[in-house]
Amino acid sequence: MSRFVIIGNSAAGIGCAEGIRTVDKDSEIIIISNEPHHTYSRPLISYLLCGMTDEQRMKYRPDSFYKDNNITAMLGCTVTAVDPAAHTVSLDSGEKIKYDKLMYACGSSPFVPPMKGLDTVKNKFTFMSLDDARALDKALSPDSRVLVIGAGLIGMKCVEGIADKVKSITVVDMADRVLPSVLDADGAKLVQSAVEKHGVKFLLGDSAKELFPDKAVLNSGAEVPFDILVVAVGVRPNISLLKDAGADCNRGILTDDTMKTSLDDVYAAGDCTESFDITVKNSRILALLPNAYMQGENAGINMAGVSRSYNKAIPMNAMGMFGYHMITAGTYEGDSFCESDGTDYKKLFFKDDRLMGYIMIGDVSRAGIYTSLIREQTPLSSIDFELIKHHPQLMAFEKTERSAKLSESH
Amino acid sequence: MKRVYVNEKWCLGCHLCEYYCTFANSGVSSMVNALKDKPLRPRIRVEEHDGISFAVSCRHCKEPLCVKGCITGALSVKNGVITVDSNKCVGCYTCILSCPYGCISPDDSGHAISKCELCTKNACGEPACVKGCPNQAIVYEDRDVTDTNKEAAV
Repeated sequence: MSRFVIIGNSAAGIGCAEGIRTVDKDSEIIIISNEPHHTYSRPLISYLLCGMTDEQRMKYRPDSFYKDNNITAMLGCTVTAVDPAAHTVSLDSGEKIKYDKLMYACGSSPFVPPMKGLDTVKNKFTFMSLDDARALDKALSPDSRVLVIGAGLIGMKCVEGIADKVKSITVVDMADRVLPSVLDADGAKLVQSAVEKHGVKFLLGDSAKELFPDKAVLNSGAEVPFDILVVAVGVRPNISLLKDAGADCNRGILTDDTMKTSLDDVYAAGDCTESFDITVKNSRILALLPNAYMQGENAGINMAGVSRSYNKAIPMNAMGMFGYHMITAGTYEGDSFCESDGTDYKKLFFKDDRLMGYIMIGDVSRAGIYTSLIREQTPLSSIDFELIKHHPQLMAFEKTERSAKLSESH
Repeated sequence: MKRVYVNEKWCLGCHLCEYYCTFANSGVSSMVNALKDKPLRPRIRVEEHDGISFAVSCRHCKEPLCVKGCITGALSVKNGVITVDSNKCVGCYTCILSCPYGCISPDDSGHAISKCELCTKNACGEPACVKGCPNQAIVYEDRDVTDTNKEAAV
């Protein structure tokens, strides 16, 4: 019997626990989280604000999850130190907990850059956790004028979440387009105009020069009056505890492909780690929920004694804004193929006989077939690329490959 | 476990599987009322090109990328069947991004997804598409070697 300690109660931590339990039903598992809540889905906080889910339905696993999996959940406890030599973690209560194997899945935190005058703003929020969402929701009123700094995934989902609850929303971003991490310029224009139809105003290629209690002055000289400020410029990985314990880190914690860190018996997964992105063949932070879960699960399986590698990480994202959906994956490098009718937009990127990345907006049907071409590094010369580039379909594969996909168990 | 498998060479491209699927999941007792003047949203789809056709539906993978990637926990595996809790699903479409077979679609509302659940949640009891296929181009069989071995051992 071993004792597995998991720091983190979100996708990577839960994935780790489930990974352990696929191999080992009996050993002790302790999940420690500084949040007092049952495991919940962080990306759902925007859906919570617009009423598309509630706090019960946004639980990431059923109420009986910890009991069903024989897990001790220590919620609302903060880990203050990891001692890899003694194999212990220290809690804010002073308690020390011994581990045989440790999972570090501490995620990321909103990054709030230094901005002149920020301390004079009373109603300022970040948008990452359930508590952030509750606090923002409480401050909103039908008369609120909201300024969102950041037109990335978090800022945009926040906009969608609060759009029907406030008087006005202005979004400011230094980038020249919305969702710069996932969209190209043409795709971003489509999404921006769809969001503008809901009364949202964008000031792009601009940033806040100085904040005052009720307005922002931008670098362009424009002034944006506001009652509520949301800072959504990005996130930073929470690496300090493991870094202090001596683990190798770049921007994120470094692991091998079993998800083990440089410290003995210490694993890490999720937003606080770097992944080897097979599309750019480089280690980078891929702060995505599916990646976090699969890293965590893979770590758990290894922690429980079964050797398995996780080596198919790629950037990918699915999101909708007011019912207008977009799915993207991979890296936007190489030659491209584009189809657009002004609503549905698709762009494929390919290089060296491989699909490198794609953007689909509007019609996103069967996008996963493209994702699998990237993930499996399928040579495009082995499929009917002319056929598949218009519509993702299994018909584009050779007959034997179709048969393997559809006539064998997976 | 038993899953729906494709015998491509027997597929006539008649699309009856799509109609039976839609009917079975409609909750309506008459096929005419279930299908007439309604958008057809089957969970199985026939692909056709150049004289070849075959029907594609969820593979109920043992390592399901859709379930692992599901941001809400709405997708889960129950007795080997990948099912969706439409009440939890918010329609983010991360599963559509993840499924290598293209077998998950938005549902009628657009706020959740719909996928083959092997007719475990409707009155049909076993896959209506297979029952309705006139040429055994889709079959409901156990081709899972390890499971068969396990059952044989029991």
